Amino acid sequence: MKYRTAYPAPLGAAGLHIINTGDWRTLRPLLNKEKCLACGLCFLYCPVGSVQAEDGYRIDYSYCKGCGICARECPGQCITMVPEGGKDG
Amino acid sequence: MANYDVLNGNRAAAVAALLCRPDVIAAYPITPQTPVVEYLMQFAADGLLTSALCEVESELSAMSVLTGATLAGARSFTATSSQGLALMYEPYFRASTLRLPIVMAIVNREMISPQSVWGGQQDALTLRDAGWLQLYVEDNQEILDTIIQAFRLAEHPEVLLPVNICYDGFYLSHMAERVAIPSQEEVDTFLGVRQPSPVVLDTRHPIAVDPLTTGEYVMEYRHKQVQATRKALQVVQELNSSFAQSFGRDYGGCSESYRMEDAEYALVTIGSMTGAAREAVDLQRQLGQKVGLVKVRLLRPFPVQEVSQALAYLQGYAVIDRSVSFGRDSGILFQEVAAAMYTLGKYVPAQSYIGGLGGEDITVPMLQQVLAEIAAKPPEPTARWLQQEVD
Repeated sequence: MKYRTAYPAPLGAAGLHIINTGDWRTLRPLLNKEKCLACGLCFLYCPVGSVQAEDGYRIDYSYCKGCGICARECPGQCITMVPEGGKDG
Repeated sequence: MANYDVLNGNRAAAVAALLCRPDVIAAYPITPQTPVVEYLMQFAADGLLTSALCEVESELSAMSVLTGATLAGARSFTATSSQGLALMYEPYFRASTLRLPIVMAIVNREMISPQSVWGGQQDALTLRDAGWLQLYVEDNQEILDTIIQAFRLAEHPEVLLPVNICYDGFYLSHMAERVAIPSQEEVDTFLGVRQPSPVVLDTRHPIAVDPLTTGEYVMEYRHKQVQATRKALQVVQELNSSFAQSFGRDYGGCSESYRMEDAEYALVTIGSMTGAAREAVDLQRQLGQKVGLVKVRLLRPFPVQEVSQALAYLQGYAVIDRSVSFGRDSGILFQEVAAAMYTLGKYVPAQSYIGGLGGEDITVPMLQQVLAEIAAKPPEPTARWLQQEVD
C-alpha cells in the first residue's frame, strides 16, 4: 500500500490529514458586531470551537459547518444564517 | 537475585506492574480481578509504588484515563475482567487504533448471562479483533514474566500497540504457587530506557487527536496497524529469548510445543488448562499413545506459521476451548487453528472441544479421553462438549 502520511495513527500537527468540515457548509453565520453584546454564549455553544474569543467574538469559518446553534442561542439575535453562494457568501 | 514467594495470580500481576514502574494506573475493581487493584493500592500506601493512581467510577473511565495518560507519554497499566472489559469496549478499540502502548491484564471470567463470576475466556477472546495484542498464560510465574515482557512489546517503536495478558479467573487469579520475583535492578535492566512515542501531548506544541478522517486515510492507518501487529510476532519471539537469557525462563515465544517430536495426535490448549493437558499427555504416553500438545500463548497476532507447522504431520488434533463461538458450533481458538491449518494445503483431521465454562474443571481424565477419542473416531463438524459425570 502507498502511504500518504508519515503518521502511524491519527495524532499529529503539521501534515496530519484533517477534513475541513467548513467545506460542506450551506448556511453561513454572520455576526453583527454592532449589535453583539459580547455575552459569549455563541462561544460556549459552538460544538466545534469555531467561535474565537478575540476582539469580542469572531466566527472562524475554516471548520464551521453552519449548524446554526450560535444563531439560535444568541439572546440578541445578532447572528443570521445566510445561504452560502449568495451575495454575502 | 531473584527472591521466591508464594503468590496468587493477582498478586503476581500486581508485583509485575510494580516492578515495571508505570507512571499512571487507573483500574476499577471487578471479580476476579479485584485483588490486583487492592494490592496496587496497598503498594502505594506503603510507599513502594510511586505511580499516579486514579480512582475511577467505571472501566470506561479507567481506559479513558489511560488513553489520555498514554497520549501524554505515560507508561500505564490496568486490569479488568468480563463485564468490566465489556464496559470499556469503546475506548478499548480506540486505544489500539490510536496505537497507545497500554498494558492491561485481563483476568478471564465468563460473560453474563447467567450471573457467573467464575472462569472462562469468552470475555477476552470475543475482543480478539479489536487490535490489541493478546497473550494467554498458563501459571502465575508466567503472569509475572509476561507482564514484564508486555511493556517492552507494547512500547517497541515498530509495534506501539496495547497488550493484554490474559489469565484464567480463580484457577490462576486466586490460586497460590511458588513464583520467582526478579529484583528491581534486573527488571530495570531488562526494560531499558523507554523510547518516547513519536507524538505526545504537549501544551507548547498543540496537535490534533483523532480528527474526522476520510476513508483513504482510514485504510492507511489500518494497514500500518496490521504491519505493526505482524511485527509483534517477531518481537514476542525476540523478547522471549532475551527474557530467557536474563531470567532463565523460556516460554517458547508465540506458542510452545510439548512432547510433539514423534506425536501422532495432539491437544491444542490455551491458558491454565495447559497444566492438566501436560499431565494427560504424559499419562497417554505411558499407555503407549504417541501424543503431544501445542500451547498457544499469542492469540493476536496469531502465529499462523508456527502453529500450523507444529501440527502439520499429525494424524489428528483436538482444540480445547474455554469459550463458545455462537453460530459457529466451535470454540474460538478452534477457528483460529483450523484457519491456520488451511494455509498448509493439506488436511489434518481436527475436532473442537468446549469445556470449562463458568469455572468448570477441565480435568486430566477428560483430556486423556479426548486424546483416545480423536484417535478412535473421525472428527465431527460441531464441537464436542467436555462434561463432568452426571449422577
